[in-house]
Amino acid sequence: MNTKAKDRIATGVFYAMAMIIVAVLFGLLFYILFHGLQRIDLQFITSSPEFMKAGGGVGPQLFNSLYLLVLTMLITLPLGLGGGIYLAEYAPKNKVTDVIRLSIEVLSSLPSIVVGLFGLMLFVNTMGWGYSILSGAFALTVFNLPLMVRVVEESLSSVPREQKEASFALGITHWATIRKVLLPVALPGILTGAILAAGRIFGEAAALLFTAGMSSPNLNFANWNLLDPASPLNPFRPAETLAVHIWKINSEGLIPDVREVADGASALLVITVLVFNIAARWFGKWLYRRLTAS
Amino acid sequence: MPEEQVDKQVVHASHLNLFYGNNQALFNINLSFEKNHVTALIGPSGCGKSTFLRCLNRMNDLIEGVKIEGNIKIHNEDIYHPQTDIVQLRKNVGMVFQRPNPFPMTIYDNIAYGPRIHGLKDHKKLDEIVESSLQKAALWNEVKDRLHTPAKGLSGGQQQRLVIGRVLAVEPEIILMDEPTSALDPISTASVEELLQELKKSYTVIIVTHNMQQAARSSDFTAFFLNGEVVEYGKTSRLFTTPKEKRTEDYITGRFG
Repeated sequence: MNTKAKDRIATGVFYAMAMIIVAVLFGLLFYILFHGLQRIDLQFITSSPEFMKAGGGVGPQLFNSLYLLVLTMLITLPLGLGGGIYLAEYAPKNKVTDVIRLSIEVLSSLPSIVVGLFGLMLFVNTMGWGYSILSGAFALTVFNLPLMVRVVEESLSSVPREQKEASFALGITHWATIRKVLLPVALPGILTGAILAAGRIFGEAAALLFTAGMSSPNLNFANWNLLDPASPLNPFRPAETLAVHIWKINSEGLIPDVREVADGASALLVITVLVFNIAARWFGKWLYRRLTAS
Repeated sequence: MPEEQVDKQVVHASHLNLFYGNNQALFNINLSFEKNHVTALIGPSGCGKSTFLRCLNRMNDLIEGVKIEGNIKIHNEDIYHPQTDIVQLRKNVGMVFQRPNPFPMTIYDNIAYGPRIHGLKDHKKLDEIVESSLQKAALWNEVKDRLHTPAKGLSGGQQQRLVIGRVLAVEPEIILMDEPTSALDPISTASVEELLQELKKSYTVIIVTHNMQQAARSSDFTAFFLNGEVVEYGKTSRLFTTPKEKRTEDYITGRFG
């Protein structure tokens, strides 16, 4: 066989692989949406679940997922940025830094159920926060931090050296250079990492079972008192997310329409992730344009 | 001007040795630079001319494992003294790099970047600085109608002049240039060289170049580096016509390098 033929075969194989990936994605999407969309309406999105009879919704669960996302990112982003900036810009090349890098790698490979049990021990029991959004947010931070740190470090390290030198040569301090030159240039990479982390928050169930809990109290969306147990914003209340809800009704649901609710909730979760993804990318592009004039 | 006449010298390097780890890259460099003149550092690749240049604003600090002996004085102040304010030093000693490296910002923001971070907020003053810096960098007429467009949209030569303007905006006294035209086409090179003659009226310029015609055309003094040593240093007109050292003559006549 000559090299030209081999080249054609290789091209064909790669083409086929790409097609398989696309086909799997669209197959899944189509399947989930086909089964779930008919259940989704305003009532489903806004009302609370039923326990014994049909017709319940997933309103609080959807809200919990979004609120947990916000809380987790509020904790993860500063920590991840700080750790990433330290590793990329300040960490000396020595044993200590190597140990830090190794720790991050090990942390990122911990199974989520282990992270959940660790959260149960530390945040739920020792800290005394109980089954709460806050416990869940911290557990997910443990889960997402390694990813975030790595992404920030890599994005910063891939900024061309010339940019950094140019700023230093103008008598700009290291910190100002990081803020004004390195971070804006690294933004697209950091944003991709943040979106990946956010996707894991939406989809995570195992780490939340023992931290954010498997129930949601009756919420009064007019109540903005952070300390009131009926307030949706209270970070110390239990908060079952969409992903956890899907798992729960599938394994122990008593409602007669369990199948439809699970399908609807799955479709809703997928749509939420997609919408969030697209919105975050659009926002990132806009921000990048603003910061870098390109 | 006769060879012996010495103007005001602002930069003095004496007994300077530099090591990368265990490798010595510079050997006992003694050079003084004249105020308001262009001094060229020439020599073959790897001779240490860029390394030496980067000592003058302490850019070598960024490279791990660099060790420096001896001293460099600017206005009689040792810039390697532990209490030296590096930020102040680099403001005073600006640098232009081999490849044009504008920031990914607008033309205006590139120039205003330094003054802004150094604390200037007044919009009128910033406007003035941007205009005067671009004027001095001989770029104003080409870009005045598109100050708020991305700097990356400029040609290579324009970008290099923009970078020079960015340096001028923080009001340095000395400007270091590390092969500033090696990535440029001949026409852009000519415009930068022309600019050098303007700049030396207000600034002290030290330029590294591998292009001997450039050194001969645009510098007043030339130092010839070889293997980390200064072989010969003198007025450009003299050094290129009657070199004292055999090695200098061999290099400028193209026998090696």
